[in-house]
Amino acid sequence: MTATMRGRVAVAGVGETAYYKRGQAPDAEFKLALEAIVRACQDAGIDPKTVDGFASYSNDRSDPSRLAAALGCHELRFANMQWGGGGGGGSGAIANAAAAIHAGLADTVVVFRALAQGQFGRFGQGPRRNAISGDGAYSVPYGLMSPAQMFAMKVVRFMHEHGVEQSALRAISLACYEHAQHNPRAVMHGRPLTEEAYDASRWIVEPFHLYDCCMENDGAAAMVLVSAERARDLAHKPCYVLGAVAGSHYRAGASVHNTPDYATSTFKTLAPRLYAMAGVGPGDVDVLQSYENFTGGVLMSIVEHGFCEPEACNEFFVKERFIAPGGDLPLNTSGGNLAECYMHGLGLNIEAVRQIRGASTRQVSDAEVSMVISGPMVTPVSSCIFGSEATL
Amino acid sequence: MSDFYLQPGLAQPAPSELDLPYWNGLQENVLNVQRCGTCQGWQWGPEWICHHCLSTDVGFEPVSATGVIYSYERVWHPVHPALTEQGPYLVVLVELPHAGDIRMIGNLLGDAQQQVTIGAAVEGVFEHHLEAQPTYTLLHWRIAEQA
Repeated sequence: MTATMRGRVAVAGVGETAYYKRGQAPDAEFKLALEAIVRACQDAGIDPKTVDGFASYSNDRSDPSRLAAALGCHELRFANMQWGGGGGGGSGAIANAAAAIHAGLADTVVVFRALAQGQFGRFGQGPRRNAISGDGAYSVPYGLMSPAQMFAMKVVRFMHEHGVEQSALRAISLACYEHAQHNPRAVMHGRPLTEEAYDASRWIVEPFHLYDCCMENDGAAAMVLVSAERARDLAHKPCYVLGAVAGSHYRAGASVHNTPDYATSTFKTLAPRLYAMAGVGPGDVDVLQSYENFTGGVLMSIVEHGFCEPEACNEFFVKERFIAPGGDLPLNTSGGNLAECYMHGLGLNIEAVRQIRGASTRQVSDAEVSMVISGPMVTPVSSCIFGSEATL
Repeated sequence: MSDFYLQPGLAQPAPSELDLPYWNGLQENVLNVQRCGTCQGWQWGPEWICHHCLSTDVGFEPVSATGVIYSYERVWHPVHPALTEQGPYLVVLVELPHAGDIRMIGNLLGDAQQQVTIGAAVEGVFEHHLEAQPTYTLLHWRIAEQA
């Protein structure tokens, strides 16, 4: 019996609240977390009081002991935060939850993310102040302070190094918006995007138009993980964790944009480890959810996970390739962070699970290997691969 | 018409114990960057130890304020209330080949809609803020004059 956790843990249930525009959730953030968690347990057919572990990321504010107390959980055995990287931690939280179950630290672990920005201030925006020291001193006085700005120079450099054109970014955005038109839950449902509208939309920071940027939403999402054996007795087709990895490369955390290998989405060291753990290669992936903080990050994520050579981006990144069903690489099939909702990526992990279950609004036929890339361009990032029974 | 590249109102830089020589140096038109006293390795942003050899003997050394454009971004959306009337502006990431390829963030002076060429040679321009309390200096960049 090897130590690998491949196929040892499964996602048994998923749950989401409605998604609201930033700052407009009618409920407190903690209440949204509870709602998503209870829904995920109901979806799994599991009593929420038997949850004995919580795993989150991006400095989530809903404390595990408080969640356990509010739910009346019998016992708490695992209380875990993937440290750093903001939304880059979503698949990392799944890795942590799976590892905990595989190692026997806990049996029923909820991975969740809750966000209600009206209460707490806008995510990604620091407090306004008169003076700033430390890393921010090198960027804020030069007008560099937003997430879009922090990543744009990486994408500019990558596009320069490999001759990538704006059309490649546009293809990603168009695919997400098209998928959202088939998903009644998507925030951008009923608001399709054309090439012309994309091209005409205002620049945020080049090369990001408005439609290259994720939305900002309030809401909560959760999933329940249990052992593979238990999952087989529950209501849904089990969705097994084949691989889940997190981390970053040499000095990814160097400050003032001094990471030696700069024009990257931070997946070069992760992708080989992910495929080795999962026992699959990029050619085996049936459907992909790739976190769009910004489309440029998706582009680099797809290259660094081996789907496309960097010099071939302009030919590879065309909308038709990414459209489900039927495209070669179905991408962000419920609309993604651009067009479904932005729950710091956990919605992407949930859609990946739905694809394995056959429950997506843009279902890929015979989806057995369903991948999620979380991040990108931050540190640490993470990615994971789910598989059906047939992949075990 | 302002002497400064950006509209007033952004947070000004405040030195910390770690990077005081850098911020003080700029006020004297000097670019001080971190160098290890043990292995002579360069690093930026400043760290408490040398990431090459882990020595704690890290200090600052003056270098020429010149470099090449490594990357850039043209910003359109105002990210701060002070920038609502700014219009587009350029943020540039400049590489210093003579200092271990460390990189510095600044603004690229001149037309905000100019075509920017990665690899172009740039020279530093010290923007002194004597109106501030305490005073401070930012290091901007402009395309180097052709010889």
